[in-house]
Amino acid sequence: MARRAVAISKATSAVTAALVLLLVLVPIGAVSLRAGWPEALVVADWAALKFTILQAVLSALFSAALAVPVARALARRQFYGRGALVLLMGAPFILPVIVAVMGLLAVFGQGGFLNEGLSALGLPRVQIYGLHGVVLAHVFFNLPLATRLLLQGWESIPQERFRLAASLGMGPREVMRRLELPMLKERLPAVLLVVFLICLSSFAVALTLGGGPAATTLELAIYQAFHLEFDLGRAALLALVQLALVLGVGLIALQLGRVAGFGAGRGAVRQRWDAGARWLRVQDGLVLGLAVLFIMLPLVMVAVRGAGQVLSLPASAWSAALASVIIALCSTVLCIAAALALASAQGRAAEVIGLLGLAISPLVLGTGLFLLINPYASPQALALPITMLVNALMALPFALRIIAPEYARAEADFGQLADALGLRGLARMRRMIWPQIRASLGFAAGLAAALSMGDLGVIALFADGETATLPLQVYRLMGAYRMEAAAGAALLLVMLSFGLFAVFDWGGRRGADA
Amino acid sequence: MLTLENVRYEQDGFVLAADFSLEPEARVAVIGPSGAGKSTLLALIGGFIAPQRGRVLWQGQDITKNAPSARPVANLFQEGNLFPHLSVYENAALGVNVSLRLSAAENERVMGALERVGLKGYEARKPAQLSGGQASRAALARALCQDKPLLLLDEPFAALGPALRREMLDLVGEIASEHRRAVLMVSHEPRDAKHFAQRVIVVADGVAEAPRETAELFANPPRALKDYLGDG
Repeated sequence: MARRAVAISKATSAVTAALVLLLVLVPIGAVSLRAGWPEALVVADWAALKFTILQAVLSALFSAALAVPVARALARRQFYGRGALVLLMGAPFILPVIVAVMGLLAVFGQGGFLNEGLSALGLPRVQIYGLHGVVLAHVFFNLPLATRLLLQGWESIPQERFRLAASLGMGPREVMRRLELPMLKERLPAVLLVVFLICLSSFAVALTLGGGPAATTLELAIYQAFHLEFDLGRAALLALVQLALVLGVGLIALQLGRVAGFGAGRGAVRQRWDAGARWLRVQDGLVLGLAVLFIMLPLVMVAVRGAGQVLSLPASAWSAALASVIIALCSTVLCIAAALALASAQGRAAEVIGLLGLAISPLVLGTGLFLLINPYASPQALALPITMLVNALMALPFALRIIAPEYARAEADFGQLADALGLRGLARMRRMIWPQIRASLGFAAGLAAALSMGDLGVIALFADGETATLPLQVYRLMGAYRMEAAAGAALLLVMLSFGLFAVFDWGGRRGADA
Repeated sequence: MLTLENVRYEQDGFVLAADFSLEPEARVAVIGPSGAGKSTLLALIGGFIAPQRGRVLWQGQDITKNAPSARPVANLFQEGNLFPHLSVYENAALGVNVSLRLSAAENERVMGALERVGLKGYEARKPAQLSGGQASRAALARALCQDKPLLLLDEPFAALGPALRREMLDLVGEIASEHRRAVLMVSHEPRDAKHFAQRVIVVADGVAEAPRETAELFANPPRALKDYLGDG
């Protein structure tokens, strides 16, 4: 009986795995066939490659280095609102890039806070566009992620070890040296690598804050080859270069062992005896205050600037919002169904396929799909379904990482009992798996919906003037210098993204048994 | 002499009260049902948690508010007694000086402790390269190096087999009497308690009773102990 139950899920997961592979590999095949060979690589392309690596290295270094004091302060302090702060650290992950960019512009941009302050003091203004703007935005997104990953590291240090340190009379210095540094040495490489990998595929940030010969990523170069020059051969070649780069780094990541997970890290605070000194408390307070300011201020700016505008948005923004919500819901269903099917196989193959999605950029996939469709139909007409499909694929690795361990846990805890009762197929899913993992399903669905809602990638490649998702609409409004309407649309976008996330997450938790 | 004076600790409905003294150099076992508060009692004495009421005294001095390191106790926990990235020598040496910059005399003391627990020649090994018994010995060496008059054992040998555990308890007993130290040991094995301890503290129903003579206690067990032992 057990064999039969497994056989059913094996079949579904094999079919799903095959579909995912097909969806990834066929476009890549199309890209390779179409690529104009290396003589087509011009100086600008090499510059794009160099810039891609440079900004990813800098982003990873700054994010991880700044995350260390923030995570340490969170790990060793118990205070009112700590849980909310940890949650806040998760917010940028589902924040639409275009919204964050608007917020960062409001703080660090030409007419932003910082420059107003600087010129009031008679100091030179700073320029946000270019390398430092791209790195700043990446740090904004990845500092919280790195903080959460490192916080899990701190939580992994057993309580006994802090007790032992206390009973031996270790001060903050020794605790750093004997407890915290060994943990950091183990965890930091994975954190650096994850941030590096994420920043390698940066498109929307580079599109909005980069550009020009000095600050173009490969992804952006693909878009430009496509959109501005309509040079499909060069776009395809650039896509191949990007693919090789990301796959190479991804393979190194696999070699390094488990790439850090994306869990929440909300466990109990370790009681500490080494950090009671006043100057340490002040230091931690300052660090956390700055971190909150850095994350909150851009969001607050978007809210403030957009608040009066939401109701007077142009009709095009509302229809874009509707399109975005529909795309997000469809891609969530697709993504969760695929993740469930893959998780049921409980194998490493599923994990690798999931990682594949992480490594492949939407622009590479988009280029491939465009090449495939172009001879037969108008790719623009299919812009929305393709966006939906690619978004589902992009969210799949995250969903898989959240669902697969819970699925495995449910099988480990209750699998034998279910086998003994002859519970299999759909009944097994409904009676055993679903109730056990619904909290993680809800969380994963929330992430998938929010990620899709905020995505500004493949849609930019495909859309003509008529079709748009909400993020693209925001970008267009910004490009037309209709900053007030853009702020209103951005606020609507962030409300929809967080709203979708909250609804799914709440639905998953509600009635879930602990 | 250690005294718990009207100590009361509460958390989320859990209560532990204690009001007794421990003789110097005594070997005392703490027994009772799981969840009754055996480890809590040790954590109160070790300074890892603070009682809401009452005082902890050592030689008449109030140490209720002292940090764990400013108390006359060395701890052996159930797990996590050794730092995995430090050698056996370094782990033991932490008991002397956490900066690990040891004088010649201090170095002598560490080597002496390692020899005493039978780990001569194992100084350079990492904890992962030790057997369970050897790891216990290394932790004991560290506690020995700490040079504190009271040793708190929170079932550090629970993962060892009965014979090995007996052997470790004997070693602890020998070392304790050589160095004139008191030992307070949590155990869920009544036989270990009988074998090792002169006195026994029964923890049950929210109270840690005053220590009683081991033989006398087991000959005439109170209600709570009878229920726990299950032969009543």
